Amino acid sequence: MRVVVDYDLCESNAICMQIAPDVFEVRDDDFLYVLDENPGDDRRAAMEESVQRCPKQAISLED
Amino acid sequence: MPQGRERITIVGASLAGYWAAETLRRDGFEGAISLIGDEAHEPYDRPPLSKKYLAGDVERDRVDLGNAEKLAALDLDLRLGQRATGLDVAARTLEVDRVAEPFDGLIIATGARCRTLPGTDGVAGVHTLRTVDDADAVRTAMDAGARRMVVVGAGFIGAEVASTAVGRGLAVTMVEALEAPFGRVLGVEMGAVLADVHRSHGVDLRTGVGVDEVLTGPDGGVGTRVVGVRLADGSEVACDLLVAGIGVIPNVDWLEGSGLEVADGVVCDETCLAAPGVVAAGDVARWTNARYGESMRVEHWDNAVQQGVHAARRLLQSDEEAQPFTPVPWFWSDQYDRKVQLAGRTHPDAEVRVVTGSVDEHRFVTYYGLGGRFLGALGMNRPRHVMQSKGLLEQDASWDEALAFAADWD
Repeated sequence: MRVVVDYDLCESNAICMQIAPDVFEVRDDDFLYVLDENPGDDRRAAMEESVQRCPKQAISLED
Repeated sequence: MPQGRERITIVGASLAGYWAAETLRRDGFEGAISLIGDEAHEPYDRPPLSKKYLAGDVERDRVDLGNAEKLAALDLDLRLGQRATGLDVAARTLEVDRVAEPFDGLIIATGARCRTLPGTDGVAGVHTLRTVDDADAVRTAMDAGARRMVVVGAGFIGAEVASTAVGRGLAVTMVEALEAPFGRVLGVEMGAVLADVHRSHGVDLRTGVGVDEVLTGPDGGVGTRVVGVRLADGSEVACDLLVAGIGVIPNVDWLEGSGLEVADGVVCDETCLAAPGVVAAGDVARWTNARYGESMRVEHWDNAVQQGVHAARRLLQSDEEAQPFTPVPWFWSDQYDRKVQLAGRTHPDAEVRVVTGSVDEHRFVTYYGLGGRFLGALGMNRPRHVMQSKGLLEQDASWDEALAFAADWD
């Protein structure tokens, strides 16, 4: 599973960081950094929730 | 499937309804799903309507929920432009456009509609903003050269519309009947900070004064058109465009006589269940949030997503498997170049403390606490810290624990 963020859409609401801090981090510069672009399958539920709850629909998953 | 459900009907094809449908499929429900929406449009996302879509920065396709491919994969009986008109829980029948049909499982996600200013029906230039059609109407009016906008109500929809209109070069007057703008949600002190953001961008913000009358003139010989408003203090404000952001009413009228309890929303238990085989989600749902031990109805975007998911799962679960829905409310609002986020709640008597950043610079986090309990965190351009604070709220951190956590930030 690959995590893809559309940075043209992302506005750093940081909801993904709260759901999966091991994968997403919004830093003090207010930008989102993806810490792990290929999280294991045990993180699938958290990734799907991040996709759902991103207010800008900026996250997608590729298998 | 649990309880042998073969057909699940979702009434309301907006955010909560869409994610409910998606969840049913994701969780393996193989029966038929009907998704019924009274708008003619496929499911779309509302937040951009008062922001980038209204500004003209994004077009219609960027507002859709999912895309055609994803929607097709859900294999839905998608019925657009149809309206639920009645329900009989005991008989297990739903009425759509006055025609009865049986249901097996039902998800009520009919949302809410805007309150309107009395006496403004059919007056050109007077709008509310909730649907994409509403947004198109306001956007078209701005494209056509509207110069002066009056926003009635200093709430979040009004504030975002004002911000977008200022960005498009309109002169904006915002009128709020209460003394404290945004006070109901943010408290008096922080509401004043947000008011300052608007004034610093040139908005003429008038508080503590209601609108007595919407002034109209002829509209090209047919009908009438708004030309201004008269306020309770007797002053008049000229405008060629008026947007009322004065709250919403949950869409429950169709449930009269249904057998469901309705009280400013569809009354549900802690798990979002309204009756056996009937759940509700989103703006229309009133449920007992066990985290607070209170009956709540939440009109935020994130709640519609999460509750849509939760309610769909509830329908697939037995009573023994069912989980309470206990979110910490959260919303965001984009105004000018500021991102406002509130996690948790405020209270009129809460202690309000700025824990990092600068209020004067409009970049800060404020904590709200009451009786030793940490209630909420408000951020302006501090999303990282608000989200960390939301985690604390979900852990029911005390006021002292929250302050100690925030003390490490600077």
